[in-house]
Amino acid sequence: MSHASPPVIPHFGTASDCVLANRPFCSDWVRAHWQDTLGPALVQHVELTAIAVAIGFILAGGLALFAHRIRRAEQPIGVVATLVYTIPSLALFQILVPFTGITTTTVEIALVGYSLVVLYPNMAAGLNHAPADVVEAARGMGLTERQILLRIELPLAVPAVLSGLRLAVVSTISIATIAAFLMPRGLGYPIFVALRDPAPFKTEIYAAGGLAVALALVCDTALVVASRALVPWTRKGLAA
Amino acid sequence: MTGTAAEIVFDNVSKRYPGRSSPALDGLSLTIPAGTFCVLVGPSGGGKTTALKLINRLISLDEGDIRIDGTSILDLSPVALRRGIGYVIQQIGLFPHHTVGENIGTVPKLLGWPAARIRERTEELLTIVGLDRADATRYPQELSGGQRQRVGLARALAADPPLLLMDEPFGALDPITRARQQDEIRRLHREVGKTIVFVTHDIDEAIQLGDRIAILGEGGRLAQYDTPDAILADPADPFVAAFIGEDRALRRLALRRLGDVPLLPFAGGGPSVGSALTVRNAVSLLLEGGFDRLTVTGDAGTPIGTITLAHATSLLQS
Ligand SMILES: Nc1ncnc2c1ncn2[C@@H]1O[C@H](COP(=O)(O)OP(=O)(O)OP(=O)(O)O)[C@@H](O)[C@H]1O
Ligand SMILES: [Mg+2]
Repeated sequence: MSHASPPVIPHFGTASDCVLANRPFCSDWVRAHWQDTLGPALVQHVELTAIAVAIGFILAGGLALFAHRIRRAEQPIGVVATLVYTIPSLALFQILVPFTGITTTTVEIALVGYSLVVLYPNMAAGLNHAPADVVEAARGMGLTERQILLRIELPLAVPAVLSGLRLAVVSTISIATIAAFLMPRGLGYPIFVALRDPAPFKTEIYAAGGLAVALALVCDTALVVASRALVPWTRKGLAA
Repeated sequence: MTGTAAEIVFDNVSKRYPGRSSPALDGLSLTIPAGTFCVLVGPSGGGKTTALKLINRLISLDEGDIRIDGTSILDLSPVALRRGIGYVIQQIGLFPHHTVGENIGTVPKLLGWPAARIRERTEELLTIVGLDRADATRYPQELSGGQRQRVGLARALAADPPLLLMDEPFGALDPITRARQQDEIRRLHREVGKTIVFVTHDIDEAIQLGDRIAILGEGGRLAQYDTPDAILADPADPFVAAFIGEDRALRRLALRRLGDVPLLPFAGGGPSVGSALTVRNAVSLLLEGGFDRLTVTGDAGTPIGTITLAHATSLLQS
């Protein structure tokens, strides 16, 4: 987002009456700047979130399986996860910058950290969801430990994992707006830019903020729909 | 383990859990002939569950050996051993994320049966345990407790194992469902002829179901192992006598039906009763009505003999 020769009103473009009056929401501005500002910001935001949640999912899954295997590790990992979650995001950026610089890596490390600590407790709890009698029946019928994990414990963990995933996606979408403090990426950046102005341009703030909210809602709904398909046994009002 | 039933031998088996002062099982020796319905009964903590889980190696042996048809369970891998043994627990433990059909097909699938054969067997089993074929596509949560119990039984029978282990399978059922399930497991045992090892702490259930009863006392001691009739007739020690109750004579008479015992020759007089009545209930009728005799009638309603209180008493001596 570098500008070769700064125009007089850089972000307003060809200003309409609405824009000049800085009314709460000018749809003409949104249309005019979808291509150069909002669209790219939305794509970047999806990228930031997707990478963070994907890596967080893999790490949290690995940790949860490890803790499931070695029960003594369960509590320490849980405590550390809670501690990480209490660090304010901006402070975490500051802590990371000396090591990883002002880069996407820094942002992703922080976002992965948050999604991981949201996902881990749900995954760990989910793996313990299989009732003891179900596991005993499985073992008594001659399922190997691996088959018990793959066929019983993992499927029964799916509802808890999905609710963790919903939380992680929604909170990461929200936290990812803070990436703009570090670099011009994501839906936080248009907001950040607008706020820098002594008279913040309302449309830009509302449009970017609204997009973040809409993105969170769409992802959440998609996951709810997916969970219906993935856990058919809990449909029809059945208890899991 | 081939054929329809397996013989099980407990050979001086002991088990002590870490950190426990008294053993859960102490030198248990027991032979369960192939095809026997053997009930392990005794007070809580007597080691019944322990004995059962030692057979399928859910618990490891400390001492002694258990042999199934002459083969030590230690010579088989636990997984292979368990796939050849049907196992039913009190909490049933159906897989909530699998349909009834998938639950029943668990072991056949592990054994690599083709899908068509599994489906056929599942339908057959649903009929055997008295469920509807359409139930195959339902989830366990959609069934009643008694229906789930049947699915648990069908699942244990799926791969036609020669041995069935059942740990208090009817403990959580209401009395009516329980009685029905007891009748069915008896019938099933007659039909499929498997060896069944059945754990309960309910002496009535043990007497009703068992060909043989093993009474396990505190500290995993085998107090008596015999047929229900022999135990009721001659309890081995005061512990057994107390456990089976003061009314053991009546319980013994409850085991026999009028049609199965020698009767007095038909002498006329007294009300008529059917030959399917238990001797206990005949005695109850005699006492209730103050009759001196009852006429026992056969299937066609023709008199086949007479029973009196004195004759019922003499039956206890045999
Ligand atoms: N995993 C275990 N660890 C330690 N002790 C155990 C364990 N399982 C059973 N015990 C002890 O071993 C003894 C026998 O237990 P077991 O479960 O075999 O009894 P049970 O006859 O089945 O009793 P119940 O009728 O209450 O089911 C009890 O004293 C019990 O406390
Ligand atoms: Mg028990």
